[in-house]
Amino acid sequence: MHHLALYLHFVKLRIRAQMEYRLSFLFELFAQACLAVIDFFMIAMLFGRFKQLAGWTLWEVGLLYGMVGICFALAEMFARGFDLFPDNVVRGEFDTMLIRPLDTFFQVLAHQFILRRLGKLLQALVILLIAGSQVAIAWTFPKIAYLFIALVGGTCFFIGLFVIGATTCFWTIHSLEMINIFTNGGIFMGSYPFSIYRRWFRLFFTFVIPLACVNYFPSLFLLGKSASRGVLVAPFVGFIFLGGAMLFWRWGVLHYQSTGH
Amino acid sequence: MIEVRNLSKTFKVYHHRKGFFGTFANLFSRKHRIVQAVENVSFTVTRGEIVGYLGPNGAGKSTTIKMLTGILVPSSGSVTVNGYIPHRQRKENAKRIGVVFGQRSHLWFDLPVQESFELLRRIYRIPQEQYRHNVAMFDELLGLGAFFQTPVRQLSLGQRMRADLGAALLHNPDVLFLDEPTIGLDVVAKSRIRQFIRQLNAERQVTVVLTTHDLDDVEQLCNRVILIDDARLLFDGELATLRRMLSKERLLSVDYAEDYSDVRMPHTRLVHREGTRVQYRFSPEEIRTAALIGALLQKFNIVDISLQEPDIEELIKTVYEDNLILRETSKLI
Repeated sequence: MHHLALYLHFVKLRIRAQMEYRLSFLFELFAQACLAVIDFFMIAMLFGRFKQLAGWTLWEVGLLYGMVGICFALAEMFARGFDLFPDNVVRGEFDTMLIRPLDTFFQVLAHQFILRRLGKLLQALVILLIAGSQVAIAWTFPKIAYLFIALVGGTCFFIGLFVIGATTCFWTIHSLEMINIFTNGGIFMGSYPFSIYRRWFRLFFTFVIPLACVNYFPSLFLLGKSASRGVLVAPFVGFIFLGGAMLFWRWGVLHYQSTGH
Repeated sequence: MIEVRNLSKTFKVYHHRKGFFGTFANLFSRKHRIVQAVENVSFTVTRGEIVGYLGPNGAGKSTTIKMLTGILVPSSGSVTVNGYIPHRQRKENAKRIGVVFGQRSHLWFDLPVQESFELLRRIYRIPQEQYRHNVAMFDELLGLGAFFQTPVRQLSLGQRMRADLGAALLHNPDVLFLDEPTIGLDVVAKSRIRQFIRQLNAERQVTVVLTTHDLDDVEQLCNRVILIDDARLLFDGELATLRRMLSKERLLSVDYAEDYSDVRMPHTRLVHREGTRVQYRFSPEEIRTAALIGALLQKFNIVDISLQEPDIEELIKTVYEDNLILRETSKLI
């Protein structure tokens, strides 16, 4: 309870700071939503020519797109602190976190809260809702619950990626830019049905960086393209991935060298 | 209260390869060298002491403080603070210590001081009454009221330092770690902060460990000093003892009329040479002052001579430079 209250207090402070320039905030929100719409428009144009992609219709792909978009926007909103963590290390702010009687993971999480990701989030949500109404899915309660779990799992997956990227800067200071290949690349890649990719690529994004588990497989289930047990439990891999990333973080903190010694 | 046994810390410093392929290669194999920041340091601090932890830049002062506060994990040896092992029981330790780094604020940059304090009240779960009492006390002693509503980023260095000191003490810690608390401050601000530390130590029995370059800090605050240099402990004891140990030495400054190539004298150490001005350090037990001056007059053409008892700053410098001078005299002259 103490942590939750503290977290909300931190978030309140962050939001207040971001609202200080209200006009710029609203403008950015709007710009982000517009950019995101153009983004999906590109995919729609592709379908204008081909009608189908590996047996997927435009709105089925819209489901993929909406899911991955929501997950990434949520992950950025809550866990941007990990994305920006290298700056904390360089500025010595992590020293300050270590002298506080709070968990370091919690502190980095509470350090940032990006309200303006609401723009992206809303846009992805709108596409998901439209896509959901256009595809042949009977939205029963179990399916809605499953979608919800898949979204939370996907958010955990992206947060896990941020955490892994942040943890590498205990060794390299400049962190692994490479992790961006999986975050930004992940949204792009996850917006298309997995079956269009090569086998090694699919295996990699299922077992190493399990993006397919929180996006593609859940869509298969929702669309009734597959109902195997593996597909059913796939979203939970997102939670496990985040759990692993948190353990990696813990271990990484012990290797922190601080700056200016 | 604080127990440090055979404490060592080594850092790996990596060579970074540049460019895309370099970055990639860095992932797999990296050349590094080992830097010994703290080597086999042991000391004990008891409750209520104010200890000055001194040494030149890069001697390992901050690294030691960071191990005592749980920021860094020691490479070997052991540390306990209030019975806690700082890096393993970091959170428990954090509740009982206060930390101030002169170089950098622990407060929230864009928040007013008051809101930073409120946040700390929540983080440390400080009871309202204790919080109000402490804020009132720190306001009286440090004059926080004048800038209590000002965002931290707009504070002057002296104000920021006072705010940080107050912030570090809100939760009534048993031990206070101060890393260069008076760096960059003017005389008035310095004396105010020293006065505050003294009073807190007297009233609350707060144990203080401070690193500093300012020897006035040491003279006015510390009953005990620990000197480290080049990662190793050099001296641990009362300031008075240190002074007694070293004050046998005297400093003789000589201005020569000519630029002699060899100005070495037996029973003395040459500590400084700048053109025709030369400083010797000598012990009157080895050579009487009169005898030394006599010998100099005989050998050289002298313009001026002056004799000093070294002050505290000089004393501490001597300890540091002792090794260095012995090693490098031959090269210098």
